[in-house]
Amino acid sequence: MRRGGWCCIRDGCISMSRTDDQLGPLVDLGRERPQVPARARNLSPIVPRASIAGRALVAVVAIMTFLASITTGAVLLISASAAEWQSEVASEITVQVRPAPGRDIDRDAAAVAEAMRAQSGILEIRPFTKDESAKLLEPWLGSGLSLDDLPVPRVIVARVQPGTVLDLAALRRRVTQVSPSASVDDHRAWIERMRSMTGATVIAGIGILALVIIATIISVSFATRGAMAANRPIVEVLHFVGAGDRYIANRFLRHFLRLGLEGGLIGGGVAMLAFGFSESIAGWFSGTPVGDQFVALLGTFSLRPSGYLVLAAQAVLIAAITAWASRRTLFATLDDID
Amino acid sequence: MVRFENVGLRYGLGPEILRDLNFLIPAHSFQFLTGPSGAGKTSLLRLLFLSLRPTRGLVNLFGHDISLLGKDEIADLRKRIGIVLQDFRLLDHMTTYENVALPFRVMGREESSYRKEVIDLLKWVGLGERMDALPPILSGGEKQRAAIARAVISRPHLLLADEPTGNVDPTLGRRLLRLFIELNKSGTAVVIATHDITLMDQYEARRLVLHQGRLHIYE
Repeated sequence: MRRGGWCCIRDGCISMSRTDDQLGPLVDLGRERPQVPARARNLSPIVPRASIAGRALVAVVAIMTFLASITTGAVLLISASAAEWQSEVASEITVQVRPAPGRDIDRDAAAVAEAMRAQSGILEIRPFTKDESAKLLEPWLGSGLSLDDLPVPRVIVARVQPGTVLDLAALRRRVTQVSPSASVDDHRAWIERMRSMTGATVIAGIGILALVIIATIISVSFATRGAMAANRPIVEVLHFVGAGDRYIANRFLRHFLRLGLEGGLIGGGVAMLAFGFSESIAGWFSGTPVGDQFVALLGTFSLRPSGYLVLAAQAVLIAAITAWASRRTLFATLDDID
Repeated sequence: MVRFENVGLRYGLGPEILRDLNFLIPAHSFQFLTGPSGAGKTSLLRLLFLSLRPTRGLVNLFGHDISLLGKDEIADLRKRIGIVLQDFRLLDHMTTYENVALPFRVMGREESSYRKEVIDLLKWVGLGERMDALPPILSGGEKQRAAIARAVISRPHLLLADEPTGNVDPTLGRRLLRLFIELNKSGTAVVIATHDITLMDQYEARRLVLHQGRLHIYE
């Protein structure tokens, strides 16, 4: 049914055809003479921003995002360094020629080097001389020692052509034919250990991320319930005027999405700055044993551009999780209120 | 428009506070709902407003059996009902204008499309100069009028008012009654819950009297 305007009511009846010259306070509820023009208004939000304890939630989301970013960044750094190590180690094989009674180790080393050159897939051979072998032992035995009487093995390092699968069994046969005391090491054990370490790091990182996300969901759920409890009169009034649950939830959701984005931006931003400055920080410790260990393990300790993209995506993900957790709690609470 | 058949209501495991309610509220009708304090007037109004479900019986509203409706459908039906509660339920952070315009906002209408209508109604109920005031600084009578304006702004088919004159002096009470009568003449069915005999004596209308959980109708 279409009805006339409120100004059309006069003397106890409502007319749809009332003209402007008949305007006036038809039900004399007061003596006001309204002067307020019909102008555009900035409407207040239905759910006031101040009614939601936002600062605490932003702080929680920021801390969680920071922890998640640091974890992800560390996992990315370790994975990248481990991959670099693996590729370096996997591209080399080492042959040791041990001294054996009745054999000339220099001649054996030269024969082994020749045998290795004949093997397809090997790019370069670098036999270590007696002095170079002695130098390798300096960190353990000190300098200035005569190693003539010690049974120091000779080392021959071969660089393998990238992408080639070396026939190690054939190489071993050739090498042991010319020198029975020689052994071939393709560093497989090291690579396996490296893979295990990287895998464990990634699993630990995923575990920490899962804990961070669960803690975020719990915090957001509590904050949402608190906000709903504080704004229960608003929810009830919205129900009275015919608002559905979706409409009411959306009024709250936009606040929580904004809080989540704020927290994600702060936490993720601080973490990115931390990684951005990490190269400088690593520089402060260079020359110290700790710094050298870090450089040896993690290289320059700086994230690649793709790493920063991952951190940004993660911050957005945590904001989205905040909104999702809030939405879930909102609908559950609205069910209770109804 | 509204039909109750053998409706009963109890809260939890308590006694049945409304029993065997059978009545019709026709379109364009006007009725007082009365009875002593604690007789269940507010509970009956809540049943009519669909904020309570009966524990037994059939409630048919606007042609819908409410037991078959989902939450969204109930929200849609509520848009056709206006309600004025004893405690006004105005939102303190919104101006009088915004409170009255709230049903239109919920409907998703642009502010420019309802601005004039809201201002006209506010002038009509004598709140033309208070439209930018926040509820905490309004008097009891002004809050009452703002709550009534909010209930009627969307031209509901059914208006429910719970003690609408309970907070105002007799003169203003008479004026508010006249407002409801005029609204009824414009096509809205009106149910006014009150125990104010003086108010009921001012207008000849059907009376629904609740007593000991049962409803007696005096045409």
